[in-house]
Amino acid sequence: MNAITPRNAPENAYNFAYLDEATKRMIRRAILKAIAIPGHQIPFGAREMPLPYGWGTGGIQVTAAILGPRDVLKVIDQGADDTTNAVSIRRFFARVANVQTTTRTAEATIIQTRHRIPERPLTEGQVMVFQVPMPEPLFKLEPRLAETRRLHALGDYSLAQVKLYEDIAKQGESGSSYNHPVMVGGRYLMSPSPIPGFDNPKLHNSPALMLFGAGREKKIYAVPPYTSVESLDFEDHPFRPMRAPQHCSACGSATSYLDEIIADDQGGRIFVCSDTDHCAETQGL
Amino acid sequence: MRPAFIDPVFGAQEAFRALMDAMARPGRIQRCDVLPDLPEALAPAAAAALLALTDAETPVWTDATGEARDWIAFHTGAPLVADASKAQFLLATRAMPKLSTLDSGTDETPQDSATLIVQLDALAEGAGWRLTGPGIEHEHRLDAAGLPDDFAAQWAANRKGFPCGVDLVLCTGARLAALPRSTRIEEAG
Repeated sequence: MNAITPRNAPENAYNFAYLDEATKRMIRRAILKAIAIPGHQIPFGAREMPLPYGWGTGGIQVTAAILGPRDVLKVIDQGADDTTNAVSIRRFFARVANVQTTTRTAEATIIQTRHRIPERPLTEGQVMVFQVPMPEPLFKLEPRLAETRRLHALGDYSLAQVKLYEDIAKQGESGSSYNHPVMVGGRYLMSPSPIPGFDNPKLHNSPALMLFGAGREKKIYAVPPYTSVESLDFEDHPFRPMRAPQHCSACGSATSYLDEIIADDQGGRIFVCSDTDHCAETQGL
Repeated sequence: MRPAFIDPVFGAQEAFRALMDAMARPGRIQRCDVLPDLPEALAPAAAAALLALTDAETPVWTDATGEARDWIAFHTGAPLVADASKAQFLLATRAMPKLSTLDSGTDETPQDSATLIVQLDALAEGAGWRLTGPGIEHEHRLDAAGLPDDFAAQWAANRKGFPCGVDLVLCTGARLAALPRSTRIEEAG
């Protein structure tokens, strides 16, 4: 009979952080080039990971390639530390890298995220790792990857501008409340991953390094610290980050990004902070 | 043969983090002291960068000879090429090759460009060049001794080709700083 291993026991049958060293070197080379060319998507040989595509395989591979024994890892899923994706990825690295984990934004050196940027301002000692489902910002406008590569090479983003123009002409505002494309360093159009537009301004001139990993689409890209990141807009229709005009039911915050939650079966609803750590901190927990 | 990383996993990780921080904050000097026993011609930071990044998939060019060259060939397993323009990584232990002769990638694949690692006599923060660009809040100052006289002109030409261009890692002893192609250099006046 097999011995039963506790679910969180460090795993010694794998290399540190799961990936083999040759794979880490390949990912590391891609990360350095990604930092040198802000916003440009770099193809990489994404490996199969022990979780399905769409669950953060790109982010996990980036985290595995940069993670060291002195790091403190935080993982959030839509701002929350306690949802399935966040818990399972945090537990994965605790097992295969025996690394210290935290839910406190302030304590983390690496924050892997699915679709949010924490409310607490990031610092120079931190690295954000974004899980990206679709790295190509022109994907819905031009399905051919060979063609989008050419458009990026030429810096021709008229398709995205026409789309934004049509949205504004038809409905008076941008049609994207999340994953709103950004211009990085005035050169590359980039998908910020499906973060709400509310978080887009946090990408601009951030003290932290931002790395983006797309596992299924096999792309890595980056925004270095203190780099200009402008949401796509027009002079007469400037980009407006959106937020529900409510207060958090738990901590009362009037500034944090809110999730709307169905509270009962009478159609009652409440709004609470999407960032669970920020909400707990505001409540003094 | 002198040894490589004492611990191949954590040595490579530490070297890479120094390189990543250097590339993300151009001109800030990082320490990388994980190779205590090296051939004399190799700076610990430069050797660690090669070990962390190169392998059988990356053609390497170097002007190192003798024991140093053998050390690189053995421990990285990278094919050593004679033609600098064919290399993905280059290590210059003496005079650096001209930037314009190296692979700078193409408009569609600027990531295929070369990374040039240069060993220098001295590297200091707080004086010398004024650096601006991505990764730099206001300006970083970096003083690098031992580069060719026309380096500023070579770099300006390299910068002009953005997004194509060569990325540079400058090493002295166990210290390193990076100049990604996006960095602007203004000579101290």
